[in-house]
Amino acid sequence: MLLIPCPYCGPRPEIEFSYGGEAHLARPRDPAACDDAAWGDFLYARTNPKGIHAERWRHAHGCGRFFNALRHTVSDQFLITYRIGAPRPEIAA
Amino acid sequence: MAPSRFSLLTLLRQAFSGPPDLSAHWRSPAPGPAYDVVIIGAGGHGLATAFHLAAEHGIRRVAVLEKGWLGGGNTGRNTTIVRSNYLMAESAALYEHALRLWEGLSQALNYNVMYSPRGVMMLAHNVHDIAVLKRHIYANRLAGIDNEWLSPAEAKAFCPPLNLAGGMRYPVLGAALQRRGGTARHDAVAWGYARAASALGVDIIQNCEVTAIDRDRAGAVSGVETTRGAIAARKIGVVAAGHTSVVMALAGLRMPLESYPLQALVSEPVKPVFPCVVMSNTIHAYISQSDKGELVIGAGTDAYVSYSQTGGLHIATHTLDAICELFPMFRRLRMLRNWGGIVDVTPDRSPIIGLTPVPGLFVNCGWGTGGFKATPGSGQVFAHTIATGAPHPINAPFSLDRFRCGRLIDEAAAAAVAH
Ligand SMILES: Cc1cc2nc3c(=O)[nH]c(=O)nc-3n(C[C@H](O)[C@H](O)[C@H](O)COP(=O)(O)OP(=O)(O)OC[C@H]3O[C@@H](n4cnc5c(N)ncnc54)[C@H](O)[C@@H]3O)c2cc1C
Ligand SMILES: [Zn+2]
Repeated sequence: MLLIPCPYCGPRPEIEFSYGGEAHLARPRDPAACDDAAWGDFLYARTNPKGIHAERWRHAHGCGRFFNALRHTVSDQFLITYRIGAPRPEIAA
Repeated sequence: MAPSRFSLLTLLRQAFSGPPDLSAHWRSPAPGPAYDVVIIGAGGHGLATAFHLAAEHGIRRVAVLEKGWLGGGNTGRNTTIVRSNYLMAESAALYEHALRLWEGLSQALNYNVMYSPRGVMMLAHNVHDIAVLKRHIYANRLAGIDNEWLSPAEAKAFCPPLNLAGGMRYPVLGAALQRRGGTARHDAVAWGYARAASALGVDIIQNCEVTAIDRDRAGAVSGVETTRGAIAARKIGVVAAGHTSVVMALAGLRMPLESYPLQALVSEPVKPVFPCVVMSNTIHAYISQSDKGELVIGAGTDAYVSYSQTGGLHIATHTLDAICELFPMFRRLRMLRNWGGIVDVTPDRSPIIGLTPVPGLFVNCGWGTGGFKATPGSGQVFAHTIATGAPHPINAPFSLDRFRCGRLIDEAAAAAVAH
């Protein structure tokens, strides 16, 4: 089980959290203006990297708040957490 | 070097003559400079594809490149449940095609894959489960696929270890049974396809990781770079399961896939005690007994994307809780090993088998938690797709393009749980 650093509450066990998938997928401002390829891409395509992943978490059974994190998908190690809406931090692999 | 044919006669001859024949079952050649087709990934699906390219389409200049060892991916890590009772017509056709091939596979490959149609029973624990399973049964029957409803007493008669005692948090209210479903020996499937493909001239190259996909000026594929040098090919089939996103990124493509760890575990071996396969999607457990006597137990996926090839302990213990409630006689059994594989999951829980936007690049992926059962059929239709440049009618609906046009094949109810 992962120990996840909630930026608001500190480290808590994984079962207190729900996973929100890849971060920074911005919904197109005018979906009707998208062609099928762009809309399909937004809905379904994912980076799914073997390496550093920017992802959303919610401390569902704690403070209830969403936050973003950079985690390495091979070691599962959390590298940094940051606020929803903030840009992805630069971090060396 | 053609491998000797396995038969009762060879067995008897070897039993009474000198030392046993321990020669390799497939050749291990150095990579050649060029092939007609390069397959990336020597799991069951990749090897079956190579076999059908050679056996059915006469394309024998084929290399199967494997970064680790043959069958060391999900093929060698899965709980080997084989069944075809999927909901959607497209999926039922795909998995039923595979099930029919399973029935004759040992003969076709001259290799005992130990396919054992001992029956797959899926349990219902609440009103919703009953509705879902019955809907599957009716849909399957209309498609000519066997699937039947069992009352709790009938379920217990089919699988005597099943607990029907009162007071269970999730009582057994009935079950769907596919009698032709069952299990097969995962390693033997990989080895059997490897041996048969190698005998037809396919080069199987292990410890050879693909690190780049080369393109010509028109954008079509022209070959791959590997840890064992460059290899030219005008057609490339990616069959890399959990690593598909990584390989397709080499060609600049973002896939509708996420990779998750999925776990399984086995108990200490015991005498035959468990006659069939039992699955419970609702409480996340599935179980069968291997010929070695181990109980083979499948757990769920972790909640997050990962390539760690392990899984959280709480996921496995959750499954063991369910197993102990369903089969109290296993409560004192010790678990021997647990492990994880990385499964590639699509948004609609159906696989992707077909062309890609890159000319010459084909992909067979997205089998997620349940692709072992499809191995023979998947290899056959993917070989057709690569050989002819167009999908077979069976895999045509499973295009990558469905995530653009919206024609999804929603199997979430059947396949969102691990099996
Ligand atoms: C724990 C567990 C239980 C399961 N239970 C069942 C079940 O009961 N029934 C069922 O039907 N399915 C089950 N599955 C799913 C099933 O195992 C898979 O869908 C199926 O085996 C996939 O086969 P494959 O040949 O596509 O992939 P794999 O066997 O994973 O083969 C892909 C290969 O590609 C190689 N590769 C990746 N990247 C590269 C590269 N860059 N260069 C060269 N090679 C590369 C990998 O090393 C790997 O060997 C289970 C899976 C797991 C993990
Ligand atoms: Zn918190």
